[in-house]
Amino acid sequence: MLQLLLAGVAQGCVYALVALGFVLIYKATETVNFAQGDLMMLGGFFALTASVMLGWPYWATILFAVAAMAAVGMLIERVVLRPVLGQPAFTVVMITIGVGYVLRGVVTMIPGWGTDTYTFPTPFADGTFKFGEVIFAEQQVAVIVMTAALVAVLYVFFRYSKLGVAMQATSQNQLAAAYMGIPVRRVNMMIWGLSAGVAAFAGILLAPATFVHSNMGFIGLKAFPAAVVGGFGSVPGAIVGGLIIGLVEAFAGRYMPEGFKDIAAYVVVLAVLMIKPSGIFGETARKKV
Amino acid sequence: MRFLFKTGYAQDLRLFKHGGQVFWYGLLMVLLLAAPYAIGEYLTSQLQFICIYSIVGLGLMLLVGFTGQISLGHAAFLAIGAYTEALMQARGVPFFVSLPCAALLSAAMGWVLGLPALRLKGIYLAIATLAFNVIVEEILARWESLTNGNSGLNLKPIELFGMKLDGDAGFYYLCLGLAMLSILAVLNLLRSPTGRAFVAIRDSEISASCMGVNLANYKTMSFALSAALAGIAGALYAHKVTFISPEQFTLLQSIELVTIVILGGVGFVHGAVLGAAFLIVLPQLISLAKDYLPADVAGTGLQSVVFGLVLIVIIIFEPLGLYGRWLKLRTWFELFPFYRRGMFRRQKSYMKSERLR
Repeated sequence: MLQLLLAGVAQGCVYALVALGFVLIYKATETVNFAQGDLMMLGGFFALTASVMLGWPYWATILFAVAAMAAVGMLIERVVLRPVLGQPAFTVVMITIGVGYVLRGVVTMIPGWGTDTYTFPTPFADGTFKFGEVIFAEQQVAVIVMTAALVAVLYVFFRYSKLGVAMQATSQNQLAAAYMGIPVRRVNMMIWGLSAGVAAFAGILLAPATFVHSNMGFIGLKAFPAAVVGGFGSVPGAIVGGLIIGLVEAFAGRYMPEGFKDIAAYVVVLAVLMIKPSGIFGETARKKV
Repeated sequence: MRFLFKTGYAQDLRLFKHGGQVFWYGLLMVLLLAAPYAIGEYLTSQLQFICIYSIVGLGLMLLVGFTGQISLGHAAFLAIGAYTEALMQARGVPFFVSLPCAALLSAAMGWVLGLPALRLKGIYLAIATLAFNVIVEEILARWESLTNGNSGLNLKPIELFGMKLDGDAGFYYLCLGLAMLSILAVLNLLRSPTGRAFVAIRDSEISASCMGVNLANYKTMSFALSAALAGIAGALYAHKVTFISPEQFTLLQSIELVTIVILGGVGFVHGAVLGAAFLIVLPQLISLAKDYLPADVAGTGLQSVVFGLVLIVIIIFEPLGLYGRWLKLRTWFELFPFYRRGMFRRQKSYMKSERLR
């Protein structure tokens, strides 16, 4: 039981991180970034390059991958998304789908990456330790600890740094933020960078479990339910949603018939949407005519 | 430049606005009818695919382009149509019974999916349909006693009124006929009060309901009709590929179907057909181009890169899609030399929040 709980939380943390990327972008720009999973995949490949091909230590790998992905994220926002600013949300969603296609294809063309599957080495050995009755896999504990650390860092960033506050303002009301002298476009670009960085982090945490390959981004589709369950516009919602989906999957895999594990997340999301159409932590604002 | 002088309200409702349209569409029809004898087997088979995808595209256009609802789950309806057809054929049901059944079952599922859609909007609706797609796919893979799971089902050629449609031409005429019927049906629907209600919902739900449009009815109806068209297309698709399995109806397929609508031009019936044609032709062009590219680039990823780039470029530079491009071109010639660049520009738009509703 506790064992399942641990596995579920560890998996949920990864979902939560990807969902966090969705939510950051959605909150600021009302764009659902369908390429989030592919950004994660790209982050995984950057990390792979740094650690395996260049032989860098783990922490440097993380820094490199996150920084590189932040740059890629900002580039994507500047080149692709800014021209369609203000168009209907669905159009913009289609553009991010296009970005996803391009990223997935480009990765297979780069020499040394290609279509193969790679293992990603981590300093956390496959060792386990026992605490009471529960066996902790070091890998899982590392994922949980690092997610918690990242969430804490993000919290501090949003709460106390000037840029973080500006980002919050932008996501609440772009027009008002612009009036207050916040360069909304530049902030949007930074949010894309931040979100891509978070995606890279998620990719690194996920890599030991799923290996690195050009289609690992499809796990992003699992993070959708996470973001929706929590409410798309809510940062704590993303974390909670991710954990819920991770736990539901872990328990469904154990107690439900085979095959249910893969769709459990989607069943949950349908159920949540039926009861609360804007997610658990979603805002329910009404349009005034 | 042609000037249309309207002298009666009935003229507004005509399918063909003027003699020129009758001529050009008639010519297109003749060419399409003559096609299987002129262009060989391979191209005919591609034309069949275009017809089939046009039917799905029309369904999606009705839903996305005219009712303004988003669906990322149309591959599921395609799958329901395909499996219904395959299973009924295996039990000896004739085609002219099983095809309507495929459409009806699909429509029923569309209606069911439309129900939660009443409360959902924008991205939440997209996610709900996405979830529906994944669940249907998984059910098809797991319900082995009925669907034979991942090993899929085989189909025999269609028998219609004693004739066996196994040749390319016969099946092509069937696809073409059904595509034409769907186009006519959609066109007629759009000039009826129902179609007007759909468009009103797309433009503004609040004003539509103020005008007495029953949102719940029309939204579920739109879902059902759209799913029915996808079901018909699914049945044809099953016969076209003769082998169906769950992995043909994934989320990626759904996304491709939506790109038909986006590439063709949201809100134009022409767009559905153009988008479908484009979606079929593009892979052919890419495989032609592969011979001239270095081996590293011409891998499996090339198609996905080109596809993504086309999508991005079209959305950025031609938000009205292929049909919009054609409209602009035609207007340019019609008005030469008075065409202005801003003629099709939309009003300056600010970001419309979907959080408020």
